[in-house]
Amino acid sequence: MSKIKNAKKLVDILHNNCRLSLEQIATMMDMTVKEAGAAIDQLEKDGVILGYGAIVNWNKVPERNVVSAYIELKVTPQRHNGFNRLAERIYQYPQVKCLNLMSGSYDFGVTVEGESISDISLFVTEQLASMEGVLSTATHFVLKIYKEGGSVFVGDDEDTREVISI
Amino acid sequence: MTFNPELFLSQSVTNIPPSGIRKFFDIAAEMDNVISLGVGEPDFVTPWHIRHEGVYSLEKGHTHYTSNRGLMELREEISKYMKRRFRLNYDAATQTIVTVGGSEAIDIFLRTVLNPGDEVLIPEPSFVCYKPITQLSGGVAVPLLTKAEDNFKLTPDVLKAAITPKTKVLVLPYPNNPTGAIMTKSDLEKIAEVLRDTNILVLSDEIYSELTYGMKHVSIAELDGMYERTVVVSGFSKAYAMTGWRLGYACGHPAIITQMTKVHQYAIMSAPTTAQYAAIEALKNGDDDIEVMRDEYDNRRKIIVKGFNDMGLDCFEPQGAFYAFPSIKSTGLSSNDFCEKLLYDMKVAVIPGTAFGECGEGHIRCSYAYSLNSINEALNRIETFIKKLK
Repeated sequence: MSKIKNAKKLVDILHNNCRLSLEQIATMMDMTVKEAGAAIDQLEKDGVILGYGAIVNWNKVPERNVVSAYIELKVTPQRHNGFNRLAERIYQYPQVKCLNLMSGSYDFGVTVEGESISDISLFVTEQLASMEGVLSTATHFVLKIYKEGGSVFVGDDEDTREVISI
Repeated sequence: MTFNPELFLSQSVTNIPPSGIRKFFDIAAEMDNVISLGVGEPDFVTPWHIRHEGVYSLEKGHTHYTSNRGLMELREEISKYMKRRFRLNYDAATQTIVTVGGSEAIDIFLRTVLNPGDEVLIPEPSFVCYKPITQLSGGVAVPLLTKAEDNFKLTPDVLKAAITPKTKVLVLPYPNNPTGAIMTKSDLEKIAEVLRDTNILVLSDEIYSELTYGMKHVSIAELDGMYERTVVVSGFSKAYAMTGWRLGYACGHPAIITQMTKVHQYAIMSAPTTAQYAAIEALKNGDDDIEVMRDEYDNRRKIIVKGFNDMGLDCFEPQGAFYAFPSIKSTGLSSNDFCEKLLYDMKVAVIPGTAFGECGEGHIRCSYAYSLNSINEALNRIETFIKKLK
């Protein structure tokens, strides 16, 4: 973790909402704006913060189709390099959004995104399944996203509190 | 003959004025695009593991009354909580009662201890229920005026000056709705010093005790000589975002709790069973939830206080609950006029300080139990409003 003061709280604030103004972040952190800016810069330099992005419900963006799949990969670890060499080969593909080495009955969990089911099928058969060291794949297509990145994708968050004298 | 319902109504009820809080909501309800900082309840939904226990209790068929005082397991958890949080020992069987919200605990306490003409000292500004319940119980409400320059704390001088031979109860509503004021241990010591040689009971309403910022809440019952004369009232609404479950409790001397139980059993029977099962889970495994919500309120608190001060509305730093109580005296408007104009001109609903006692004049109550987006939007609109007034 970074050496900056109260780094966890700062990371929590940014993780929850990175669109807050620097002034507001500084107020929450009991820092000056300059201190808050410097602390965030430091978190970026230290590799604690790698980027900033929105959590998007792609179903509501008609111009873009996004299909995603979770793929279980069984592989043969390589001498001296274990799983790392293979992982490097897999995560270089832009279609791979998330790659984890897993405990349990398979080795890698790969989240892949494409514009259609056939896009992903092609990627799995042509690229992943045929990769040296890969023993088998099991592809699970995402049918509906209920929650992602801590955000619920279904229903609404309307304020339903009623009038009461308190 | 025409039926005239007015003829049948009790004067002690009709004499109670309508709530100053409701009035603004009723106006706001008729308007579109209103941003409200008016609601005095958490915006969070009850944490899922607590809701789930409630659901599970229904699945198991726990749909009956509980004992009048509440489930023994819940009272034991309340007893453990009071011990780990405040080092206060209450026997679960004889010194605790589970009620329908903290409000019912306040009601049955006052009904249990007041004889006609007994005086109840009520620091103001404060939650709107103490005075009407006192009056309905035959007591006389005596307001203790707290001031912004004292950070809205109750001072020993104000207390001493109000004590008469008829004084029966001191209400201690801290952390305070609407000011956000708290009483530290040293503040409470000074109050305890005044009370020690008297026969005054303390009703310590600690419903916001888990929502303090920067320091832990201290209960007056922890201080020497205060334990026996104090009934602590608390509940699950604020700490665990469980307002709709309607569950609170009171802890105190067995003789007082026993008599309170009588009032409770004839008026209420028992508190909601589903809520009681959920509350057991809250007390057993809910400490982390409190921390997450408190941190979020704290962030919003800092934003709203700075926002008011930056726009020229002096805002004392609230250290508890989830309300800011800025002064609007610089605008030259009364609290009521300010709130009404703000609502009509900018569509922002806040509550006039006078809804919580006359000494709330010159202030408005703004809840920060709202999303940061709502708070920012409300602050922007209020700032525009203030600029237009100049």
